[in-house]
Amino acid sequence: MLKQVQVEHPLDPLLRIDRIPHIWCPGCGIGIVLNAFLRALKELNFDMDRLVVVSGIGCAGRAAGYVNADGFHTTHGRPIPFATGVKLAKPYLKVVVFSGDGDLFAIGGNHFIHAARRNIDMLVLCVNNQNYGMTGGQLGPTTPLDARTSTSPYGNIEHPFNLVHLAAGAGAVYVARWTVLHVRRMTESIKKALLKKGFSFIEVISPCPTLFGRYNRMGTGLDMMKLLAERSVVMNFIDPAEAVVDLRDKIVCGEFVDTEKPEYTEMVYRLIREKSGREVTSIVES
Amino acid sequence: MSRRLPEVGGVYIQMEDELASLVVVIGASQAGAKAMTATSGPGFSLMMEQLGLAIMTETPCVLVNVMRGGPSTGQPTKASQGDVMQAKWGAHGDYEIIALAPSSPQEFFDYTIEAFNLSETYRVPVIVLADERVAHMREKVVIPPEDEIKVVSRKKPSVPPEEYLPYGSEELIPPMACLGEGYRVHITGLTHNEKGYPDMSGDVHSKLIWRICNKIRSNAEKIWRYKVIGSERPEATIVVYGSAYRSAIRAFKEARREGLSVALLKIETVWPFPEKPLLDLSETSKGFIVVEMNTGQILREVQRVAGSSRVEFVSQLGGDLPDPRGILTKIRRVLDHA
Repeated sequence: MLKQVQVEHPLDPLLRIDRIPHIWCPGCGIGIVLNAFLRALKELNFDMDRLVVVSGIGCAGRAAGYVNADGFHTTHGRPIPFATGVKLAKPYLKVVVFSGDGDLFAIGGNHFIHAARRNIDMLVLCVNNQNYGMTGGQLGPTTPLDARTSTSPYGNIEHPFNLVHLAAGAGAVYVARWTVLHVRRMTESIKKALLKKGFSFIEVISPCPTLFGRYNRMGTGLDMMKLLAERSVVMNFIDPAEAVVDLRDKIVCGEFVDTEKPEYTEMVYRLIREKSGREVTSIVES
Repeated sequence: MSRRLPEVGGVYIQMEDELASLVVVIGASQAGAKAMTATSGPGFSLMMEQLGLAIMTETPCVLVNVMRGGPSTGQPTKASQGDVMQAKWGAHGDYEIIALAPSSPQEFFDYTIEAFNLSETYRVPVIVLADERVAHMREKVVIPPEDEIKVVSRKKPSVPPEEYLPYGSEELIPPMACLGEGYRVHITGLTHNEKGYPDMSGDVHSKLIWRICNKIRSNAEKIWRYKVIGSERPEATIVVYGSAYRSAIRAFKEARREGLSVALLKIETVWPFPEKPLLDLSETSKGFIVVEMNTGQILREVQRVAGSSRVEFVSQLGGDLPDPRGILTKIRRVLDHA
């Protein structure tokens, strides 16, 4: 007789197990990004009591609710200013914004560019599935030209953002793009960004077979993964302007920016110490 | 504040827009700080979405709205009281809110402290509903020594993290663990259960919404601030709040000089609306004279509470304070019909 044995997954302690199963569809890539994120935390032996995961609205926006750390699920598009508030109150916390392309770059686009400009210490992890998955597959700011979505039934006539180019232009100190198939490189990249002081941005191209894939006749989740494998090419540190995402041609992945500049909360607290003459490291008394 | 806060060990940030301003306040408060933002009409409209987030997540915070003429860009730097109903109903969904209306720089100072104390006590955003007149006014303000200022802070959990329920319903106002304190809370603007997890069931929603309403409704008498000035059994009562009080008190004094039986109800917490003094006054008052710098917002609350009493209205639009003579005319009208 075979004996049934229940074994704990090595990442279980990092998850809110009581919230599993998650809501994501079969073939969706968000779970892979969450896995890479948790792996990165585990490999760094990250203090989970010093981590705050913030999400916005949408499929990727549910990630904060699955991580066994302090988490906040904001209104649509607002995870970055929320994270800014946390960071200003307690600069010793690491804040990670885990959200989607629609949340971060349509309704939340203004907050993204300003947080990058300020160089406030946070990691923004963006799952880019090229559409609004949760609400029925509408076009978003990353939907490719000509692509069909529920709100572009004749093909999209809007030009998409190149997110890594936008992040680099806005002032992010670390910028990378991977697909969900680049699990190891993505994990290493997340580790690097978690240790980096400043505004880091990682975009992960992910399939949405339920909506974007179906509207564009791209086959199953597996077919979409194969497409990512065939089209992606790693070109580290090329000009982000040249780092295109073209599902019909190539998806340029890699690290594009890794630089240093003064971090915002450090400058805020330096000013406070200078003007108040007190050794303030957080405005919240512990 | 950008000059003063760093000097006293506080953080100031100017955000990219008013949406972000209130979210950054919510983030700082969730991390344990006392945080506030200030704006005027259009910015207040932009904040409504985040006001709802603060209400739903029960995040203590303070918003100052210096009311000006609206809608839209309206009358920048002209006084108005046009946002009173917006303060109560501006965000979608059912909720209760606290709003204080100062009529002088001293009250502006005092009510801002009070706003923080109320928001920490009830875990609700508190609005200081000022207007352009009082915001630009220069008057003597007495700032008491720090140790004489009453400061209230949110109740913290007394149980270890594994036993803590962020939205436990044992108390109307659950104790609040903050981010970075090891409680590993999950907070969401979605309808949530006692653990803080999203839960779309009707029961959970109903229980949550009734609790966030009842924590204010059942404590309304403790929250209300108002003053009744003048006759104990008046035949006519002026009802006023905010800087329109300055016109009303002049009219009141004039009426008393003429020997008229008149009182003045100065409402300091416009929300929750103090019903009790109005009910008491309606026992003797033949009528009420509501004075507002809008087309009639608190007027409807007075009509609702005052029942069959006669209610006269003095409306002032355009940016000036109401003319006391207009108020006096309405007082005489009420008394003539008495």
